[in-house]
Amino acid sequence: MTITEKILAAHSGREKVSAGELINAKVDLILANDITAPISITEFKKIGAAKVFDKDRVAFIPDHFAPQKDIKAAEQCKMLRDFSREYDLSLYFEVGRIGVEHALLPEQGLVVPGDLVIGADSHTCTYGALGAFSTGVGSTDVASAMATGECWFKVPESMKFIYRGKLNKWVSGKDLILHTIGDIGVDGALYRAMEFEGEAIRSMSMSGRLTMCNMAIEAGGKNGIIVPDDITEGYVKGRAKRPYKFYSSDKDARYVEVKEYDCSKIPLTVSCPHLPSNTKPAAELSSVSIDQVVVGSCTNGRIEDIREAAEIIKGKKVSPNTRMIVIPATQQIYLQCVKEGLAEIFVNAEAVFSTPTCGPCLGGHMGILAKGEKAIATTNRNFVGRMGDPGSEVYLSNPAVAAASAIKGRIAIPEEVI
Amino acid sequence: MKLKGKVWKFGDNIDTDAIIPARYLNTSDPVELAKHVMEDADKDFPSKVKAGDLIVADSNFGCGSSREHAPIALKAAGIQAVVAKSFARIFYRNAFNIGLPIFESDDASVKISQGDEIEIDADGGVIRNITKGESYTAKPIPPFMQELISTGGLIEWTRKRIKAS
Repeated sequence: MTITEKILAAHSGREKVSAGELINAKVDLILANDITAPISITEFKKIGAAKVFDKDRVAFIPDHFAPQKDIKAAEQCKMLRDFSREYDLSLYFEVGRIGVEHALLPEQGLVVPGDLVIGADSHTCTYGALGAFSTGVGSTDVASAMATGECWFKVPESMKFIYRGKLNKWVSGKDLILHTIGDIGVDGALYRAMEFEGEAIRSMSMSGRLTMCNMAIEAGGKNGIIVPDDITEGYVKGRAKRPYKFYSSDKDARYVEVKEYDCSKIPLTVSCPHLPSNTKPAAELSSVSIDQVVVGSCTNGRIEDIREAAEIIKGKKVSPNTRMIVIPATQQIYLQCVKEGLAEIFVNAEAVFSTPTCGPCLGGHMGILAKGEKAIATTNRNFVGRMGDPGSEVYLSNPAVAAASAIKGRIAIPEEVI
Repeated sequence: MKLKGKVWKFGDNIDTDAIIPARYLNTSDPVELAKHVMEDADKDFPSKVKAGDLIVADSNFGCGSSREHAPIALKAAGIQAVVAKSFARIFYRNAFNIGLPIFESDDASVKISQGDEIEIDADGGVIRNITKGESYTAKPIPPFMQELISTGGLIEWTRKRIKAS
């Protein structure tokens, strides 16, 4: 069995499961945010359950339109708070304690290796980086699981992605996953598990692994997953709030497709409008002028990402034709940025340094684009209207390329500015 | 169940931001959401669509976000069903969970044109193109999904399970 199949089997009380089977599995953690939880709450109440299946395993994280951007958003956030009090949820995160959900939960040790996690947010697939099975579902799925502690799944076929060799300078997990999506397309892994392995993955930090698994959904994947190792152990040790278990894939595990990449041939990569699969080498896009740069999100808002952007922009200024918005993904990362002097670097460079929020990633608030404006962002989607007006454009990149582009006011690679 | 109506045709990779842009997600009121359905794909769509119309699209319909607001907005705008070559997986779950009928058919997706009148025989899995005088086969709906539909959606299904246990 693959690691995905083993985790699903263990949570459905079976010795073995195989691709295509429909199973009912126990979930270790359920999450929803201020956009998706209101529907879950309404639907949960229709079920008529007296309580949630486990008050310590339902996480409500108002991160999308919080700090509350308008009255309607405030009402949605209030629904989460009121429900959390009424049902005594221990994992409700108020503004000041929130972070972007998929950065916050691993950081706080609330998701652990071997877990089965569902979330009413498509980027729930992020936690596969820890060796967990995690996938995005809808609000109604969450409502049902809140009552029963279970969810139905079709066991996905697995696809293996092997990354050989070493990464080029400044190339990171973001470039590997953009390159991969560019190769297989936005439905190239539809309904499938995407298992990442190879020398480049084994030597990659947890931050880069989280970025890669985060974007499995952008290839249509059900989950992204990486077999845990010493790097995983180093990350979860001291954080994990629950016991954890390492699963691995058997040598004779079945994969419907195996893709191999030579990392020495993977350049700094940018996804052009309006699909994540529309990739080009960053170096070929120097004629694209940029109005706004965003560094942050569940994809690239971790401390390593912010450090990388700071390293590029230190002692320089954001182009007068451009605005730059830096958003550490959690309060802990924010504080770390202050302690390390990163916040100062960005403010001195005349960038905005913001409190954690999903904000501009989904065109919510904190940096919306006008018609005709172009942004480069370390986020995960560049669909039409994603960051604002339907006539605006979003390019996706890693933090180093985003920071270099902020300095130049056009898409640029780090070598041009340091 | 037979679903008859006029078709709005869309291409591939219709994402959830196109179905209902995130800027409107500070509410989950179906009536409010329906006012903006598909507007980033076709800005006049919310005013042109009529109750009982159907959508036919290419592959990977509903890709992107997990927002259930997408099928809710389509349903509230009066869309009876969506036919596509394939659906993104969270949209697929959501549609069944909330009771928006969806059908996968390669043939229908290619051959049906904007404005065609079609009739879907949900039980037989046949899509009839009244305008062109053609018929296409839809992929069978998996038994569990049929059970969800006949029970009245996931919430009703869960309610029954809890009562029975």
